Amino acid sequence: MELLKKYPNLFQWLFLFIVFFFLCFAIDVPETYKFIRAQAEFVKDPNQVSFTVLGAEVRYYPFDNFWRLPPLLGWLPIWVNDSIVFLLEEWMPIEVWNEDLQEFKKQPLILILTRSISAFMTFVIELIREIPLGGVETIVAFTSWEWLDANPWAKLPGLPWTVVTAGTAILGYKLGGKGLGIFAGVTMIYVSIFGQWEPSMQTLSFILVATPLSFIFGLILGIMAFKSKTVEKFLNPIIMVMQTMPQYSVLVPALVLFGNGDHAAVIITMIVAIPPMILLTLLGLRSVPLEVIEAGKMSGCNNFQLMFKVLIPTARRDILIGVNQVIMVCFSMAVIAAYIGAKGLGWNLLLALNQLNIGVALEAGLCISLIAILLDKMSLAWANKQIDYFGKLTFFERYKNTLFFAASVIIGVIIAYIGSFYLINGFNYLFEIPHNKGISTAGFWNKGVDWIFDTFFYSLKLFNTWLITEVLQPMRALFLRMPAVATLVLIIGSGYIIGGIRSALIVGGLSLFIALSPWWDRALVTTYMTVFGVIVSCVIGLIVGTLCFQNKHTMRFMLNVCDIFQTFPSFVYLIPVMMLFGITDTSVLIAVIVYATIPAVRYTIEGLRSVPTVLHDVASMSGVTKIQRLLKIEFPLAFPHMMLGLNQTIVFALFMVIIGAFIGTEDLGQYILKALSDKKGAGIGLLLGVCVAFIGLIFDNLIRTWVDKRKKHLGIV
Amino acid sequence: MSKVVIKCDSVYKIFGAKAQKMLQEANGNVDAKTFQDKGCIVGVNNASFEVSKGEILVVMGLSGSGKSTLLRCISRLTEATAGKIFIEGVDLLSLSNKQLIDLRRNKMGMVFQSFALLPHKTVVENIAFPLQIKGIKTQETIKKAMEMIKLVGLDGRENYFPRELSGGQQQRVGIARSLAVEPDIWFLDEPFSALDPLIRKEMQDEFLRLQLKLQKTIMFITHDFDEALKLADRIIIMKDGIIEQLDTPANIVLNPETDYVRRFTEEVPREKVLKIEDVMDEISNENLSDFKVSKDSIIGHVANKILSQDKNIAVVDDSNQIVGTVNPSKIISTVFGGKRKNI
Repeated sequence: MELLKKYPNLFQWLFLFIVFFFLCFAIDVPETYKFIRAQAEFVKDPNQVSFTVLGAEVRYYPFDNFWRLPPLLGWLPIWVNDSIVFLLEEWMPIEVWNEDLQEFKKQPLILILTRSISAFMTFVIELIREIPLGGVETIVAFTSWEWLDANPWAKLPGLPWTVVTAGTAILGYKLGGKGLGIFAGVTMIYVSIFGQWEPSMQTLSFILVATPLSFIFGLILGIMAFKSKTVEKFLNPIIMVMQTMPQYSVLVPALVLFGNGDHAAVIITMIVAIPPMILLTLLGLRSVPLEVIEAGKMSGCNNFQLMFKVLIPTARRDILIGVNQVIMVCFSMAVIAAYIGAKGLGWNLLLALNQLNIGVALEAGLCISLIAILLDKMSLAWANKQIDYFGKLTFFERYKNTLFFAASVIIGVIIAYIGSFYLINGFNYLFEIPHNKGISTAGFWNKGVDWIFDTFFYSLKLFNTWLITEVLQPMRALFLRMPAVATLVLIIGSGYIIGGIRSALIVGGLSLFIALSPWWDRALVTTYMTVFGVIVSCVIGLIVGTLCFQNKHTMRFMLNVCDIFQTFPSFVYLIPVMMLFGITDTSVLIAVIVYATIPAVRYTIEGLRSVPTVLHDVASMSGVTKIQRLLKIEFPLAFPHMMLGLNQTIVFALFMVIIGAFIGTEDLGQYILKALSDKKGAGIGLLLGVCVAFIGLIFDNLIRTWVDKRKKHLGIV
Repeated sequence: MSKVVIKCDSVYKIFGAKAQKMLQEANGNVDAKTFQDKGCIVGVNNASFEVSKGEILVVMGLSGSGKSTLLRCISRLTEATAGKIFIEGVDLLSLSNKQLIDLRRNKMGMVFQSFALLPHKTVVENIAFPLQIKGIKTQETIKKAMEMIKLVGLDGRENYFPRELSGGQQQRVGIARSLAVEPDIWFLDEPFSALDPLIRKEMQDEFLRLQLKLQKTIMFITHDFDEALKLADRIIIMKDGIIEQLDTPANIVLNPETDYVRRFTEEVPREKVLKIEDVMDEISNENLSDFKVSKDSIIGHVANKILSQDKNIAVVDDSNQIVGTVNPSKIISTVFGGKRKNI
């Protein structure tokens, strides 16, 4: 009874679990059931039954409806795909003048649209790319290849690497002082002398195109959402799904609509990068104090002036943090978009990993990480920089940085020019160090990997086998053993207990969608890997976070480490684990754990830190020991914030599980990867992505609702 | 009679989705409790008053009393639910958005509790902001802004950013900004509440100095009764959206109309609020002392001299005409006796 008073929900939970386990035992595994590829594989098999909706035939293995629901939504991916194809190839044909044939031809509207967008993007990317790298594409765009053949001198020269390096260092200095300037310079020199200049510049030019475009669209949509509740309500669910959708799955429709190449990558990157920009714009505009808005109104601002002279400048910092987010998303997409043909560091990384050339992959990965840290630090420094007053400075003081850059351009060009006389036979290293002609440490790393394999092969293998046979396989079997109905009852029941009817309906709807899709088994595998990763991450995160919190210096150190690790594109994490554990499920899970531990540690520390110091003093004056204080005061109060960390941990883990498909898993991610090479994969890829997003959103809804309630209960808002 | 600048005629502000409908049903008989039960919050309840040219009207009330809401209705930062508001005879609520912006650009200035400066602009740019919004040339706006900086005594700090200034200095910027367009009507929403006591006193004196020079029509919001007494020509005391009393400071102290108002006046040091004029008697032909006292002097300032006299003292006006007499014992009874009467 005492217990019941303290935990009023206990009975409900007990009841829920009893029902769940009863269903699990009552519903037998059908004899025909084995872990098949999917309930609705699109290959023919006499054991399958089929039904047809909207002209799409869905074939699947029938089971008892309690065990696995039939894939009633199996037609959806086919239908989505057909609709995209229809829009692209048949819908609304209009007359277009064809230059080559000298006549009007009929072409569908969407195709024309996507083609013109693609052409425009390609042009912009080439233009930006040719500033550091040189080339002829831009000139050809204005003239023709014939003209170029006649005028071989016409070529954008490109900047010598020395100039770009100096420019970056000066920019770093301007934004964040001496330290950042030096870091920027060293990074660029490293990139150059290790022969990664060309792919790095390709990746950077990609970011230079994608970031401003995403920024502008995000800002506009953010402003619209701020102004109108309707727009906000419309955008909100899209943003939610986009933020939990794995980046792989958006690649597929982009491939269909825009084809293969940099332009498609930029467009899809924008689609991924715009949602965080919208959110932070909205957050920034919302946090402008009411009185400042009123002051603007009383100064006689009209709506336009109020937005651009009062609201946006006041929200400057939040909006620039949004830019930081956009840059980081763009960068991580620049790596993943290698799958649809984006050139640059990601492409090299992917190639090296495919060839299992860990050394080369490691070099590319290091380069990616360094540039990621640099971009992050620079954009953050920009956001935190406060405007200074320049009125009283001399001309030199005011334009110091510009002057230095101009000088570096002149000196760099002269050095490169002199170099062209002395380094005639080889390459002009003073102009650009070509790819794979710089210093390379790949051989060293590859030897290292071999050595690790030779030395630790047996212990690693033992650990591997033990983990897979003793932990992972049983856990997977348990997850797959759950009858669909039991799982649904568990999810909906939890939703009801935590958040009432509303929550129950939301999580029920989301899980029903997955259950009726053809990929329920796969979703279970994804969930099991995620759950495993999250549990281990949370344990590590809680322990490490709590220990580091005990000392100010270790705490700051740990938060910095988290910051840095978080800037790495998720793909980079696969390199070291492949190096150590080869191509196994263990590698994926270790990558998942490492990646998901970052938010677990961070939120533990932040949660503990958010406990007011007054309460520390109160506890100390009551004479508690350190352990007592931790258990009785800090943990209970920090718990809601830590649960938000759990939320993040799940999202991170889910992302990594999906990316782990590259190494080879059997879950939804693998199917997304397959869809990438499938001609009719657009619908499949998109809906698989939606399924993954829904898994994330189910957890998100449950945790967030619980945290909100708990915070209200504790009076922390 | 001086010109009426602001006129409010049974203004209501009720928050909530069904506010309009409920107000119509209530038929002018608004009860905060019943409204709250139905999900509506009463901000301002039937406010009617006038402010004349050059007058300082202080609206005093505790937090949640609706004083800021009232001010925002008059500046139309929020729309009043019902009632009429006239600014110099023009119906404020019927103005189009464009006319409203025009009115704000030329006739109104407002100072805010949290200063509400633009963080990305320097002092001079902040002050020039309302002028630039009007579309005046930058050079001229800077020149005008520099005049304002001199007026509020911030010379030499024109190129500082708000973050580099103390609270008092920031509010000087806020004041300068609100005065830059030379408005006739000046709204101040708890301008000194966020400041330390000493700075607050300094700013109050500064405010009175400015008003002496500028003669604006002022609505001043405060939750500090002492501040209200010090600054006001007339005071409105508000509670739960209702105007409890509207009167001169002296009358409020001497004749509080409701128990609520009385609770404020009890602790007020009368000698610091009341003027000789407020306590003097009719002119009588008795023997007066040689010492004369101005009718406008605050009792506390002259009490010492009055109490040292044996006879009644003559009270004179600005032109040194005797307008009344005052008895030393009367001074003692007003200062100390008032409280007893009220208990």
